[in-house]
Amino acid sequence: MTFFYLFGGIAVIASLLVIAQRNPIYSVLLLIASFGALSGLYVLLDAPFVAVTQIIVYAGAIMVLFLFVVMLLNAPHEDTEHDERVHPLRRPGPMRFGAVLAIALVVELLWALTRAGSAAGAFPEGAVISVRAIGKSLFTEYAFPFEVTSLLILVAMVGAVILAKREARP
Amino acid sequence: MPPITPLLIAQVVLILVVFHALLLAAAAMVWIERRLAAALQQRSGPIRVGWQGLLQPFADVIKLMFKEELRPKAADAILFGLAPIISAACAFSAFAVVPFGGGTTLFGLLSEPMKLQVADVNVAVLVIFAIASMGVYGIVLAGWSSNSKYSLLGGLRSSAQMISYELSYGMALASVLLVGNSLSLTDIVNGQSGYWFHVIPKWFIVVQPLGFLIFMTAGVAETNRAPFDFPEAEQELVAGYHTEYSSMSFAMFFLAEYINMVTVSAVATDLFLGGWHGPLLPESLGWIWFLLKVLALLFFYVWMRWTLPRYRYDQLMAFGWKVLLPVSVVNLLVTAAGVLYFGA
Repeated sequence: MTFFYLFGGIAVIASLLVIAQRNPIYSVLLLIASFGALSGLYVLLDAPFVAVTQIIVYAGAIMVLFLFVVMLLNAPHEDTEHDERVHPLRRPGPMRFGAVLAIALVVELLWALTRAGSAAGAFPEGAVISVRAIGKSLFTEYAFPFEVTSLLILVAMVGAVILAKREARP
Repeated sequence: MPPITPLLIAQVVLILVVFHALLLAAAAMVWIERRLAAALQQRSGPIRVGWQGLLQPFADVIKLMFKEELRPKAADAILFGLAPIISAACAFSAFAVVPFGGGTTLFGLLSEPMKLQVADVNVAVLVIFAIASMGVYGIVLAGWSSNSKYSLLGGLRSSAQMISYELSYGMALASVLLVGNSLSLTDIVNGQSGYWFHVIPKWFIVVQPLGFLIFMTAGVAETNRAPFDFPEAEQELVAGYHTEYSSMSFAMFFLAEYINMVTVSAVATDLFLGGWHGPLLPESLGWIWFLLKVLALLFFYVWMRWTLPRYRYDQLMAFGWKVLLPVSVVNLLVTAAGVLYFGA
């Protein structure tokens, strides 16, 4: 149980710090820490394959991509044009809308958390746990989403190559 | 708090032994590399410090410890300090799931045999892959946080190389998993026990020769060793990701590199060369065979470095994407077809 609180705490704190602190490189690294904590939670939920796949794919590949982009684009520290001392709800325009939206989302989150006790508890019967079972269901029951996902990734790759291609010299 | 049984004490001792063995392995690699390089170049290498120069690595470590620990003023302090830690930590933790011997009762001290593996996870192969992916961050952050153009370029090139070769690495791994029929390294090694015709050992290298070559090539590129060490040789030409580091931080990067080499060799031994199985010795002394096989692979590593000229960076990336990846995909397909046709 303590491990759950540890990993959950890290995940929550890291995720909050991603948006709360200013250096974009730190944001990427804190997101990686958050994914690591999520992976720990998956292990606690008896899903080691998902945990390791989360690290390999998300924390190991996608976040490296994010990091490269942030480094190469030289994203500056976050600075707002508005006076920091004015409360977000009193700032004009998009800031106020953003603050209202944030409050609405927090209210919704609290509502959902208080309702958590009445949700279905344990995993349904036939839950897919072992790697063999995951593979089997991935290629039989979920074959179509699997193929569509791979097509989606292919589209993204081809798009990236085309966008990065230089103009052919005449 | 679990009860203090002899098995628990043995496990703790195993963790300590593995950790120190890895440190010693890095020191031994320094000596092996320098003596072997010298032999290949027909000179003598370090022979004065201790018998046959065996204390040379320790002298090097002491020298490095006494050096001044520098940090450029414009470098990002937190990340600058964190990068070598990430590199070294990932290098050490990858070895936690590598089995290096059969069950042993430590000469009868334990009531039941204990596996010579720090953590027997049933997705061991994927864990190694995951930790190798995390090792990229050490290099990227070192390059970026040094706040110098050459470090940044070196770090980005090195990490781009590592993530490109991770693909072929994974595909070669997948081919072996098809043959071995399990994700657990212990199971894969135990599937390689026994002989065909009483002579040829049932090692997976016999069934997957191309897979072994792809795995070793990708492993060499992953660990930034020659002939794929352009990011490292940039020091001779320009500079690399560890330019601004000195003393123990620098030592940690090289420690990480040598331990990654040892881990790749150990994993290749487990996957392709039969792990700890070998003639003449009983199962519980199998770690001796394991050591011999890993040493043979490390010999090849060092031999390659001092024999082959290094690839230029664009040749390196072209090789990884245009040659090695298609070959590994074809290998995977042929292996899958073979497993389907021949049954296992």
